[in-house]
Amino acid sequence: MLIIKDLKVSIEGKIILKGISLEIKAGEIHAIMGPNGSGKSTLAAVLAGRDFAEVTEGTITYMGKNLFDMSPEERSKEGIFLGFQYPIEIPGVSMVNFLKTALNEHRKHDGLEPLSASDFLKIMREKKELVEIDSKLANRSVNEGFSGGEKKKNEIFQMSILEPRLAILDETDSGLDIDALRIVANGVNKLKKPDNSTIVITHYQRLLDYIVPDVVHVLYDGRIVKTAGKELAMELEKKGYDWIKQEVYQNGIA
Amino acid sequence: MNNEPEKSERYYRLYKEQIGIISENSSPYINSFREAAIEKFNRLGIPTRKDEAYKYTNLDTFFNHEFGSYFMPSKSDFVKAEEFRCDIADLDTHGLVLLNGFYPTINGNFQQLPGGIWIGSLNAAANKFSSLVEKHYGRYADSETDGLLHLNTAMASDGVFIYVPENSILKKPIQIVNLVHSDVDIFNQHRNLIIVEKNADITLIICDHTLSPQRFLTNAVTEIYVGENAHFDIIRVQNEHNNAGKLTHTFIHQEQNSSASSNNITLHGGLVRNSTYHYLGGEGAESYSYGLYLADKWQHIDNFVNVDHAFPNCTSNQLFKGVLDDMSTGAFNGRIYVHKDAQGTLAYQKNNNILLTDDAKMDSKPQLEIYADDVKCSHGATVGQLDENALFYLQSRGINKRDARLMLMFGFAHEVIQNIKVEALRERMDNLVMQRLKGELSRCASCMVKCG
Repeated sequence: MLIIKDLKVSIEGKIILKGISLEIKAGEIHAIMGPNGSGKSTLAAVLAGRDFAEVTEGTITYMGKNLFDMSPEERSKEGIFLGFQYPIEIPGVSMVNFLKTALNEHRKHDGLEPLSASDFLKIMREKKELVEIDSKLANRSVNEGFSGGEKKKNEIFQMSILEPRLAILDETDSGLDIDALRIVANGVNKLKKPDNSTIVITHYQRLLDYIVPDVVHVLYDGRIVKTAGKELAMELEKKGYDWIKQEVYQNGIA
Repeated sequence: MNNEPEKSERYYRLYKEQIGIISENSSPYINSFREAAIEKFNRLGIPTRKDEAYKYTNLDTFFNHEFGSYFMPSKSDFVKAEEFRCDIADLDTHGLVLLNGFYPTINGNFQQLPGGIWIGSLNAAANKFSSLVEKHYGRYADSETDGLLHLNTAMASDGVFIYVPENSILKKPIQIVNLVHSDVDIFNQHRNLIIVEKNADITLIICDHTLSPQRFLTNAVTEIYVGENAHFDIIRVQNEHNNAGKLTHTFIHQEQNSSASSNNITLHGGLVRNSTYHYLGGEGAESYSYGLYLADKWQHIDNFVNVDHAFPNCTSNQLFKGVLDDMSTGAFNGRIYVHKDAQGTLAYQKNNNILLTDDAKMDSKPQLEIYADDVKCSHGATVGQLDENALFYLQSRGINKRDARLMLMFGFAHEVIQNIKVEALRERMDNLVMQRLKGELSRCASCMVKCG
């Protein structure tokens, strides 16, 4: 589904990603872990099409197409969804209007008729239950005045409506208490279909108790320095990131 | 100081020559203000950019112009105005159509509304309600700096009068549709007086439409009295063409525990200057001043607000927002003046602007003068571009860039629109703002509604 080859990215002249290669097949859940500043969020931003990061080398192929040829909105309509680490507040734009516009853009892309207001509200009601989001939030402006937990739930709520093929969850667990974490993780699990894929970017292993990955990558200093099964996450939780750093230095990769 | 005497001189001469026509239909009481006013005008002159209050607004193109007419429309012109019907669906109002700001004298009788409310021309009111007019006319409009106010007092020959007696509550808003139409270029000056007595409650909507492409200049003064515990909302929808100039001076005088709001929504207009003066003249009064302006091409929109806290424990709130495209320019000048005795004052002010191009320009100037010590005041002004992060957020959900930009601008504008309490009007304004932002309104700028 997604093939990243030797991806190098800089921001304002500073090299952030130093050559990343990664393949995600349909149906897989990959976790990308790593200490702060290792480049995790930059990778997520590049996948979603944020233009502050400059791709200097490498390719990304998504569903057989060159991802770099696609605008952020095209990526979304082709099934990529980024759950933001810091969801943006947009005063004056109602959740309903925002999501209805977004969903109808997706439908148009898929050759479907736009949904009527009542059909759309029905979908909203169903999905609201799925992520246990407060009904009142859906009547407010996008993320405006939402608590940290509500914002993250709102990301999953949007994901449930857009039903992506590839979801990238950027630190969705940060700032969540244990109940919110459970709700968010349950939402993600309920939305999981056999052929869609998820990239879970996280600092801690905590979220991976709920969303069990097939593959765990450790990103450090712009490179993937370790890839293994879900047991790697447990090991990181126990030992922290220092041993990885030491290993990297000993092997002289960095 | 009269900065450009020759320009002002022309109006002084016009007054002297035409005083007969100007005053023929007015009452002696209203006429008694004219002489002193023209002398004041002669001293102050037409404002120029050297005047602090007009620093960002150049009136030259309009005041250098020779207009074809400076006075009231003739009776036959009102016939056309009579045919106009506003078709805002679901907007149930008590309607009134004006021509160039004047009450239709063709059937110039007073309209009487439920609750003993009277609407008529100021001249007719000066006879029928002489004691009311004498109690309120000329009492609230004053300025030591703005010559245009005095030019209006000297030369305005008529205008609208609304009287809302004590305890009268009108559920439906009063809607005044002001058509601007003429075969020649005109300079309109009219004078309105609105009296809302103790415990009364009304909403007034004023919509301006230019119906012909001639050059127009309007210099209008409105005095509003809001009595004790009364409630008054005024919403202005300004939609005039690029060749029109609109100068409004609105003076809202509030008694204790009253609440009043002004909302100026400028969708379109060549040059617009709204001066809104709020006088909080009794304890516990609340005033709200809102404005939204959307400008493009060479348009210029200036909002000047003066909030005068003269008594303790009053609250005021100013919120003005603008979106400026192309090489349009805007100005906001918001003054809060808190008198020495006005303890317990709460006064807020916010002015936010989005510039869509590098050529658009906005000048924003907050001015706080506080002489009391127990006061909570805040002000904030921003001039910036659309939020890139918000834009990307919307795009990342599949919304194309153009629509995402529209959504953000709409959301930005909606913060002002949402203060309109009449739901049908609020929805209508949302639609109009959306059309305007899409660039659809400018193609049919002479009118905001389909009219027969």
